[in-house]
Amino acid sequence: MKPIVRLEQVSKQYRLGTRGAAYETLRESLVEAIRAPFRRLRSRNGGVNSGTIWALKDIGFDVAPGEVIGIIGRNGAGKSTLLKVLSRITEPTSGRIELYGRVASLLEVGTGFHPELTGRENIFLNGAILGMKRSEIDDRFDEIVAFSELEKFLDTPVKRYSSGMYMRLAFAVASHMDPEILVVDEVLAVGDAQFQKKCLGKMTDVSREGRTVLFVSHNMTAVQSLCGRAVWLDQGIIVKEGPPTEVVANYLKHSLSTMQQRLWDDASTAPGNDRVRIRRGAVSAMSDNGETTIRVSTPIKMEFEYWNLNPGAHLNISVVVSTEEGYPIFNTGPGREPVWHGKPFPGGLFRSVFYIPGNFLNDGTHRVRLYVVKDQATVIYHHDDILTFNVEDDVDGRGAWYGKWIGAVRPDFKWETELLQEGEPARSSQ
Amino acid sequence: MDFLSREDAAAKSQPAIMGNSLSTDSNEALLHPTLDDSSLPEKPLVVIEPSKTWVSLNLRDLWSYRELLYFLTWRDVKVRYKQTELGIAWAILQPLLTMVIFSIFFGRLAGVPSDNIPYPLFAYAGLLPWTFFANAISNSGNSLVGSANLITKVYFPRMIIPSSAVAAGLIDFAVAVVILVLLMIYYGVGTRWGVLMFPPLLLLTTILAVGIGMWLSALNVKYRDVRFALPFFVQLWMFVSPVIYPSSFLPDKFRWILTLNPMTGIIEGYRSSLFGLPFNWTALAISAAITAAILVYSAYNFRRMEKTFADIV
Repeated sequence: MKPIVRLEQVSKQYRLGTRGAAYETLRESLVEAIRAPFRRLRSRNGGVNSGTIWALKDIGFDVAPGEVIGIIGRNGAGKSTLLKVLSRITEPTSGRIELYGRVASLLEVGTGFHPELTGRENIFLNGAILGMKRSEIDDRFDEIVAFSELEKFLDTPVKRYSSGMYMRLAFAVASHMDPEILVVDEVLAVGDAQFQKKCLGKMTDVSREGRTVLFVSHNMTAVQSLCGRAVWLDQGIIVKEGPPTEVVANYLKHSLSTMQQRLWDDASTAPGNDRVRIRRGAVSAMSDNGETTIRVSTPIKMEFEYWNLNPGAHLNISVVVSTEEGYPIFNTGPGREPVWHGKPFPGGLFRSVFYIPGNFLNDGTHRVRLYVVKDQATVIYHHDDILTFNVEDDVDGRGAWYGKWIGAVRPDFKWETELLQEGEPARSSQ
Repeated sequence: MDFLSREDAAAKSQPAIMGNSLSTDSNEALLHPTLDDSSLPEKPLVVIEPSKTWVSLNLRDLWSYRELLYFLTWRDVKVRYKQTELGIAWAILQPLLTMVIFSIFFGRLAGVPSDNIPYPLFAYAGLLPWTFFANAISNSGNSLVGSANLITKVYFPRMIIPSSAVAAGLIDFAVAVVILVLLMIYYGVGTRWGVLMFPPLLLLTTILAVGIGMWLSALNVKYRDVRFALPFFVQLWMFVSPVIYPSSFLPDKFRWILTLNPMTGIIEGYRSSLFGLPFNWTALAISAAITAAILVYSAYNFRRMEKTFADIV
């Protein structure tokens, strides 16, 4: 079948420092021009390309009409860049994209909303920004309003809206665009669960109408249920593409093993500062049968090795384990550790270990933040996401429930049920 | 981050709703796509490639987005005087108060000549187009940077942004014209057929403002120095334009230098048009030619710089 979108060797290169924050002033570019020849001499690894990064490298795939494609990958893998190139916000450095249909892109919900304008006014403004004709907006105005459920607030400036209302209005406008190709970035992240359901429903409608959708998400459930094909990007290249279940499974497996152990051999470049440097961090399973996968029921060992560079300091480390979304589950420190706690540390390499019992953490990705604390009061160093690890689900003990187990922890509490009285409930007599 | 976490949290706590029902629906859709390739055009509607060094203006694209120009202008107009006490009166106060001050200092104390027109009226007729022009280029020059959120999230021809900033100033201009009419009645100064030149002059001023605003706005994306240089530059420009003095104020020998400033022909043109004075067609022709050159130059320049806007803004 003839594709509706065709990407051929699309690459995008960014100069480091030009993405995001950096804008130049005249003076800076003058200074830059003078310094440039010397920079290569000073650059540590001497790499010629050290100043540039390929956000996308030779990306090529075809999208058939009516196909819904999910694009997954870690932060910084190039997903957003790909969508930006596809929606003509930024130009590719090389390569070619052919689009055989009208494209609408939805990289953010509510782009161009003006807080001072009313809901009604913003529907028109936002619609126009998204590329809708005025007549189209007029035709769909009532539908949009009905979808947003904001009839009563149409003439209120949106700055008085709650964030949920704002999102609802924005998604209502966006979802009434009528493109052949829809490029979407994480917009399912709007509002409450109720509204999300509605949005997902709308997405399904869109795909059922034969609309082509390219969809970036971190929500693997959504990718698996909405998409017919998934593309996994990492460091600007396609690692794998194919059926979503397969690609997602591979992606999860890969993305989780990478950060479970980290080692910095060279004390001069290891993370830290002039007081402390981290050498190693590791999370491992403590299973009886030598299995390395961490499951819900597996006890976990977490260890950190660090150099104390300040002889005589009273150090302790402190660890926060959070859910994938960054919600902290617990914080632990060696307050009752018998040997070194409360004693001055000589300069040298230390290791601190603690254990998490099995049947404590829920399944999913967990993030570890490390603090190094002096005198039990001053944080002298902290490192976000120093480790990330995954806890796999246990098959048994779940019953018929296959959804995500609710909660940050999944303790195995002791439960008791007893039969108190058999037969019909007894009626109370008067 | 917050965006993601809310999504995940909510999605995960609503598993049954999301998972089952939806997957069957979408699979069904994928098995029976309603579009077949016969409905697809032969040639791609859009080809995305790195642009060549020589860029086209892509006017057709600009035309198809004309409604956005209207909506952005309308937004600027609606929003500009929100939450101000005096509202649209600011559009009058700016040129009016400047006129009063200039009349006192230049008209009365310094005795600057005014081509036999009462000085306040003379000054106001110059300040009217000048205020429009000055506000237009400053708003326009800062417009792209101020619209970073749009530039990084949606595609549309970027020229619309600086253009709408200029267009929004036209409302202020229209309001300020009312005062001009009142002043003319007060001083008993009549107008003649020359007033027919008023709309073309306004068009010329607008085009010049778009040309310069577009160029400044593109430059501002890369060099934020523009934001600081602009007010200063606008002020200097006023003093080399015949806003508060007539160009006859200068010795003949140097007057031609003044005509190289496109605003000279334009401002003098406004006065001729309003007060029934003879037009200096040479000066006007020079203004028009320079304006056209500036517009073409900045349009191409803008298109060339446009491709990096989203990356550096």
